[in-house]
Amino acid sequence: MGNVLVWIVWVGAASACLASGVAVVTFRNPFLSALALIGNLGSLAVLYLLLSAEFVAAAQVLVYAGAVMVMFLFVIAYIGPRQEAPWAGGPRWQSLAAVLAAAAIFVEIMVAIGLKAGGKLAHTDHVNATFGSPGWIGRLFLTDHLLAFEITSIVLLVAAVGGVILGSHTKRLEA
Amino acid sequence: MLGPGIAWYLGISAFLFGIGALGVLLRRNPLIVLLSLEIMLNGANLALIAFSRHAHNGAGQIFALAVMAVAASEVCVGLGLVVAINRRNLELDVDRLSELRG
Repeated sequence: MGNVLVWIVWVGAASACLASGVAVVTFRNPFLSALALIGNLGSLAVLYLLLSAEFVAAAQVLVYAGAVMVMFLFVIAYIGPRQEAPWAGGPRWQSLAAVLAAAAIFVEIMVAIGLKAGGKLAHTDHVNATFGSPGWIGRLFLTDHLLAFEITSIVLLVAAVGGVILGSHTKRLEA
Repeated sequence: MLGPGIAWYLGISAFLFGIGALGVLLRRNPLIVLLSLEIMLNGANLALIAFSRHAHNGAGQIFALAVMAVAASEVCVGLGLVVAINRRNLELDVDRLSELRG
């Protein structure tokens, strides 16, 4: 019974994820694309929960679907809506080559998964209750992965400084 | 583990990465290119978390969180660039923006 329920949730989240991914790329209006991306990130958070990664799912909703997408929507509203067809702007062969290249990447990854999935990937078992919990993640971050944690903070600091410099530079040019 | 195996999640992740790559290659608007980049990063994140669950190892989830932080920084700088381009009244088209001038 539980298995059927998990499958139903998985199919719903996965189809929402795929549909909203296609919608982001094919919508003409950037505002609708950004809204579709919020749906994509939300359904990915459901998939993370099914993989018992509770903390990452919560961070996904808070950081991605919350903070990052609000920034996106704000900039799109600031610039103003510009509609364009997905294939507009370049020669026809360029669009065709883009579709072929993306399809080639997809097929390549699927072949790699298919070659591996026959043997090892089929076998999965239960995990204990602490797997993926905030306390467990925090302990990992402050013991085994302390260097990654500190480097991440430096990356964020550099990006913030870069954002401020990009903003102030244009203001000085205008004056 | 209840429900679908890891290979199903990897299939979703591969599709997300492919559709994100299509958006990056096809679209001309830098905002949509950034949105498509987010889809590619999330496809990679899903694969990392699926393998973390498969291997009973937390390193995948730690890496996914680091990818999230890098994506947030990338959005910060990318949107800063888009706003700066817009303020100079240049056209928002990645094909036209091919020259760097101081």
